[in-house]
Amino acid sequence: MQQLKKTSSGIKGLDELTCGGLPAGRPTLVCGGPGCGKTLLATTFLVMGALNDNEPGVFVSFDERIPDLGANVASLGFDLPDLQKRGLIAMDHVFLDRRAIEEAGDYDLEGLFVRLAYAIKKVDARRVVLDSIDSLFAGIPNIAIVRSELTRLFAWLKERGLTVIITAERGDNGITRNGVEEYVSDCVIVLDHRVVEQSSTRRLRVVKYRGSTHGTNEYPFLIDQDGITVLPVTSLGLAQIASTERVASGVASLDAMLEGKGYFKGSSILLGGAAGTGKTSIAAHFAEAACRRGERCAFFSFEESPSQLARNMGSIGIDLQPWVDKGLLRFHAARPSLQGLEPHLALMLKEISDFQPDVAVVDPLSALLAIGSLHQTQGMLLRLIDHLKTVGVTSLFTSLQNHDDQSRIAISSIMDSWIMVENRRAGNDLVRRLHVIKSRGMAHSAEMRRMLITRSGVQLVDLQTGLEGA
Amino acid sequence: MDPVIAEEHWNLRLYVAGQTDKSIRAIRNLNRICAEHLNGHYTIEVIDLMDRPQLAEGDQILAIPTLVRRLPEPIKRIIGDLSNEERVLIGLDIRPLTKA
Repeated sequence: MQQLKKTSSGIKGLDELTCGGLPAGRPTLVCGGPGCGKTLLATTFLVMGALNDNEPGVFVSFDERIPDLGANVASLGFDLPDLQKRGLIAMDHVFLDRRAIEEAGDYDLEGLFVRLAYAIKKVDARRVVLDSIDSLFAGIPNIAIVRSELTRLFAWLKERGLTVIITAERGDNGITRNGVEEYVSDCVIVLDHRVVEQSSTRRLRVVKYRGSTHGTNEYPFLIDQDGITVLPVTSLGLAQIASTERVASGVASLDAMLEGKGYFKGSSILLGGAAGTGKTSIAAHFAEAACRRGERCAFFSFEESPSQLARNMGSIGIDLQPWVDKGLLRFHAARPSLQGLEPHLALMLKEISDFQPDVAVVDPLSALLAIGSLHQTQGMLLRLIDHLKTVGVTSLFTSLQNHDDQSRIAISSIMDSWIMVENRRAGNDLVRRLHVIKSRGMAHSAEMRRMLITRSGVQLVDLQTGLEGA
Repeated sequence: MDPVIAEEHWNLRLYVAGQTDKSIRAIRNLNRICAEHLNGHYTIEVIDLMDRPQLAEGDQILAIPTLVRRLPEPIKRIIGDLSNEERVLIGLDIRPLTKA
């Protein structure tokens, strides 16, 4: 069977989702409600094609005026006027005012074909965007003519081998309000923008892709200063290569409990415990140790600001600032309630692909778990952990949890290692005790150790060690 | 004769695309309607977009044929082969001479 030819969509993450991009030489329908990012997706497709793939494009706008389109994407670094000047993009605003049109006899929409052909010829276009097709239905009084002309238009575009994005409004009954999906049978992408409990989430789904496999889930996507990024969700199976390489935890006495070598490279570690048990300190050791080795560390902090963290860790002898200055340590502090779970995870994945860290810290994971439902968060976490493993990032997740907390235990099942710290009262003192509950693929210590937080960091000692300790 | 029409000059532009049946009908219908109702105070310019595609964008032509009344102002546009004379007269804002 002949392989379907594909063209890069120019959108980060979307090509992976579609196993290579949009169907080349064919139309793709992008639909969604107002403000869901249809025009931005279409514009990105055109600009990236022109800049990266040597495929000039034509933008036919039925809605926004050309200067407005340019202004909307200027903040993303897209210079549409310049691209037009350089002959890489041609733009045409088709303005339809139904009230100013009188119908007197039979007609067709040959004018649209003439304008398209003219614009295509001007830049020798390989890509076309029609945004949005609904305006044709609103602007032309005779719907029967619109429908027959659309059929002719799509045949015309295919004949010329143009890769096309058509945008359309989401409908209550069909996929689109005007049934545009009837004309575009090759690839249909639905965008969605939902606000649930005051946090907004954008999602993308490939509803249909004739002749190609594609991910069928809803994938979160982001719109930020870099444009659109679809969550780069990879491997749907368990295809990661299990490394035998080891990564030091940053606490020598903890490494000792892990065959004296530390974690497996690319593995995921859950560090659970009640409040004030020193989870963040262990995480900071891990981050610092990575930077000392010259590796990069992405530190996602959902409870403390970077300056708080730096101060607190300074008090136990971990100086993180030099590594930030060297560019080896990058902090991302955000309030978990600021947005939905998916945008958070999307941002994290984006940072991981931009920064390419060797290790990552999420402190605490429980802050994210609090946002969504258990089912939803588990699904998303699986994807996050899956992705981190695939790209070989060793990741440490702290989590506020107790031993008997069932929901947290469910999360632990997807982690390679699970370490717990607990507070025990011993006389008048509170004693921190650490033990390794599990660590896949190694003969880890089953002992419970006493954990001391000293001015020179975390130390694990024998449980029987004097309570005066440090 | 209607004195108002006598004073006005009608500047009409008909957009077609090639020598199609619809185009030919539109040209024929327009000539006839003008001859009947505008008493010589008119100019008709036929633009074939197959020859001059660059003109389609400026006048926002989508439907073919499209008749644009450039003068008298305001600009009006009528789409179709102009076979419905009544709609053409309404669209152009012409009171039929035959009825008084």
